[in-house]
Amino acid sequence: MGPQKPDEPPGEQRLPSIAVTSDPALIYARGLTKRFGELTAVDGIDFTVERGEAFGFLGPNGAGKTSAMRMIGCVSPPTAGELRVLGMDPTTHGPAIRARLGVVPQRDTLDEELTVRENLIVYGRYFGLPRAIVRERAAELLGFAQLADRADSKVEPLSGGMKRRLTIARGLINEPEILLLDEPTTGLDPQARHLLWDRLFRLKQSGVTLVLTTHYMDEAEQLCDRLVVMDKGQIVAHGSPRELIEQYSTREVLELRFPPEEHARYAEKLADLAAQIEVLQDRLLLYTNDGDDGAATVHARGLAPLSVLVRRSTLEDVFLHLTGRSLVD
Amino acid sequence: MTTVVRAVARVLPVPAGAGLARALVERNMLAFRHGWIVLISGIFEPVFYLFSLGVGLGGLIGVIDAGDGRLVEYPVFVAPALMAAAAMNGAIYDATFNIFFKLKYAKLYDSVLATPLGTRDVAVGEISWALLRGLLYSVAFLLVAAATGVVTSWWAVLTIPAATLIGFAFAAVGMAATTFMRSWQDFDYVQLAIMPMFLFSATFYPLSTYPEQWQWVVQATPLYHGVALVRDLMLGQLGFGLLGHVAYLAVMGLLGTVVAARRLQHLLLP
Repeated sequence: MGPQKPDEPPGEQRLPSIAVTSDPALIYARGLTKRFGELTAVDGIDFTVERGEAFGFLGPNGAGKTSAMRMIGCVSPPTAGELRVLGMDPTTHGPAIRARLGVVPQRDTLDEELTVRENLIVYGRYFGLPRAIVRERAAELLGFAQLADRADSKVEPLSGGMKRRLTIARGLINEPEILLLDEPTTGLDPQARHLLWDRLFRLKQSGVTLVLTTHYMDEAEQLCDRLVVMDKGQIVAHGSPRELIEQYSTREVLELRFPPEEHARYAEKLADLAAQIEVLQDRLLLYTNDGDDGAATVHARGLAPLSVLVRRSTLEDVFLHLTGRSLVD
Repeated sequence: MTTVVRAVARVLPVPAGAGLARALVERNMLAFRHGWIVLISGIFEPVFYLFSLGVGLGGLIGVIDAGDGRLVEYPVFVAPALMAAAAMNGAIYDATFNIFFKLKYAKLYDSVLATPLGTRDVAVGEISWALLRGLLYSVAFLLVAAATGVVTSWWAVLTIPAATLIGFAFAAVGMAATTFMRSWQDFDYVQLAIMPMFLFSATFYPLSTYPEQWQWVVQATPLYHGVALVRDLMLGQLGFGLLGHVAYLAVMGLLGTVVAARRLQHLLLP
């Protein structure tokens, strides 16, 4: 995340757009704000994305992740604040920036009137790329997306995972420097998710900078080098997944399940066992550095939970700690 | 035409584009390869009208005054009007139904605008595509009309660009109107505007048929100018008056393009 300077007025450091190309930050935002009438979707956020990293926006639905992504993608003008993408200002250099971005939107917007291969070729032509080049790249990307045998099929009969992979392949047709992924695996089954994660990991290895939003903590842990946690349009924490867990959570979590109505009562009885206790609808979460030890004490006190689980702390716990709510409701 | 549109668009205060409108035209061509039957049906419609009204009904009507005291056979009179009306209908169909579908259901432009293309490219690209289709229809119609013997002058070749201009005017305004539509029901308003124009723009009988106080109403509508332009060219009656028709349609098309691009910006890039 680099040192934040929230007290610095936005626009103070404005540099001529050409000169900033040497700036190592691929994306630079200070006080970035997006309002839709009365609603403030993004409320003055600061972040910096460096070349080659995988950067994530983690937060529940409605946190402002998609609005932030649309501003970066130059399809939504910021209401206030400063934003530089690839050293350029999106409001004046939209087409030049978009030429170097790959975009994977939340919902697949594939062209249903075209075949799988044509989707890639036509999309490449939108970037003004020569036909021979897009044809060559389309063939490569069909392999990358494991869709070579469906190349001449229509889009509509493809499975959700296939459509998602095609959307990602389409976003790569211009060999982008930054790939923007808005909830890349939402709605996919576990197998399709793992396949997708593998493809994204390979991309990162090959030097593509990934910027993604997710409300899955396991996805953020798997893919992101650094992330910001967003809630109600603001960034409430930032760091690497490990740092965030160390800072805002304990090493382990002891999950206890009692009869649903009695969780609050048991929480009082166990308060001294953990650094913090969260009472959820269906279970108690005890934040502790030694879950097994905690579980033994619970039993020693003669309490009999319906189930006991000791697990490592996750980003979900970080989010719960920061906002008092879970990521996926 | 595309070049002209792009050149003028650059001067006017219209939303940004990357000059890549042709990529969208290419996309539409590719999509059409899978649905070419629609293309064919567009050719036959005006031809059927020509045979039913012009040749069939025309046999009962005989000669008619085509203006300036020039008497012509009815098919010769009605053929240019059918060509102009077909250019209007084709352009409106493309710019309303097809664009509405792409805008609201296929979400085509959401993915297009993530690339260097801007809303101006979308507007110019879609309108150009409507014109290319219209061009195909006009050429086909003119060939059939010539074969039927209703084309009397070599100036008739100029009806092709004239029909394209009519297509431009209606495609641009149609696309602009589409950006205001909320549901398929709203398309009835389009029919409400198109149908009377088709019937009453001095299409099937001369302007002089109307009482004088009604003539200026007819003359204010765009299709009247389209019909007058194509009819004079097909009959080889050239005059400076034609420039007035051209100016009317060109301004209409340019305004439509600007409004369409602006509205797309408002809808798709909030």
